[in-house]
Amino acid sequence: MPWKLDADRPIFIQLVELLQMDILSGKYKPGDKLSAVRDLAQEAAVNPNTMQKALAELERLGLVYTERTSGRFVTKDQNLIMNLKKEQASVVIKDFLDKMKKIGYDDASILEFIKETLERSKE
Amino acid sequence: MSTLIKCEDLTKKYGKKLALNGVNLEIEGGHIYGLLGPNGSGKTTFIKILNGLLTPTSGEITVNDMKIGPETKAIVAYLPDHTYLDLDVKAKDVILLFSDFYQDFDRDKAYEMLEKLDIDPNDRIKTMSKGTKEKVNLILVMSRKASVYVLDEPIAGVDPAAREYILNMILSNYNPEAAVIISTHLIADVENILDKVIFIKKGEIVESSSVDEIREKHHLSVDGYFREVFKC
Repeated sequence: MPWKLDADRPIFIQLVELLQMDILSGKYKPGDKLSAVRDLAQEAAVNPNTMQKALAELERLGLVYTERTSGRFVTKDQNLIMNLKKEQASVVIKDFLDKMKKIGYDDASILEFIKETLERSKE
Repeated sequence: MSTLIKCEDLTKKYGKKLALNGVNLEIEGGHIYGLLGPNGSGKTTFIKILNGLLTPTSGEITVNDMKIGPETKAIVAYLPDHTYLDLDVKAKDVILLFSDFYQDFDRDKAYEMLEKLDIDPNDRIKTMSKGTKEKVNLILVMSRKASVYVLDEPIAGVDPAAREYILNMILSNYNPEAAVIISTHLIADVENILDKVIFIKKGEIVESSSVDEIREKHHLSVDGYFREVFKC
C-alpha cells in the first residue's frame, strides 16, 4: 500500500512528517536500520529523489544518522525523541484547546470534560 | 547530474500547423519527468522526434550530445502509445526479438518480471487482456539498461490496481542514472513518482518545475494546477 499523502502539500514535507511519526511512535526503534532509499520510495510510491531529500532532512534534525558503509539508522538519543514527542503533543493539545474554546468551553470545564470522558472510557 | 537531452528552438510544422514552437529544454539523468499537456499539445510529436520517427522542421535536438540516429536509439528505450508487437507471436518470441535487437536488453530480467506478474511466456500476445499487453510492452522497455526511458501513456487503459503496479515497475526497474520521461494526462496517478513536470501547451513549454515547487507555490496538486492552466 502506498503511503497516504495529501494532494495539495509538498510531498517532501509529508514524508518527513510520516517518518518522524514512525520514529516517535516507536514503529522504528532507536538504533533500527532503515530500509534503503529506493525500497522506501517504492513502498511509499514516491520519487526516490524526494525520499532521499526527506531522509536528509531527518538527518539534519538528528533523528537518523548514516554509517558510511552500512546504511541509515534511527538515532539512539532517547532524549531527542522524547523532546520531539513533547513538542508534537503540545501542538496537538494547543489545537484541541483552540477548538474547544471556539465552541465555548472555558479552561475549568474543558478539564472536567476530559476527566469525565477518560472515566467513561475506562468502563 | 549530466544533461542527457538538449533541445534548442525545436520546431515542427505539419503543413501550416505548428505542432512544436521553438522548444528549449534540457533533461537530466537521475530524474523522472512528467510531460503533461492536453490532447494535441505536442507531447507525442516531441516524443516521436526524440525517437527519430519524425524530423524537426527546424532547431536542434541531441541525446548525449549526439544527433538522433542509430546511436541514440541504442540508448533510448521507448514505449509508444500503442503496441506495435506482432499479435500472433508468444511473449517469449518477443523477448527473443528484443534481445537480438538491443544490446542493453536483459533477458533474465524480462523473464523475472513476467513471472512476478504471473504472465506465461508461452501465451500469445493476442490472447492477453489490454492490461496484460501493456504490462508486456512495459516489461520489454524496462528490461533495457537504457540512458533515457520514454513512456508515452504507460498507464492509459488499465485499471487503478494495475496502474499502481505499473508505476511500481517503473520505480523499481529504472536505472538511477537514467532519465525517465512519462507522458500522460492521468496526472493524479503519477505525480507522486515524478520529480519534475513539464507543461506543454500548443507546442510551447509553459511550465517546467518540480512537483513540490508547484505544490508549495500554488497550494494545489499538480493535477489541480494543470486543470487551472489548461482550463477550457
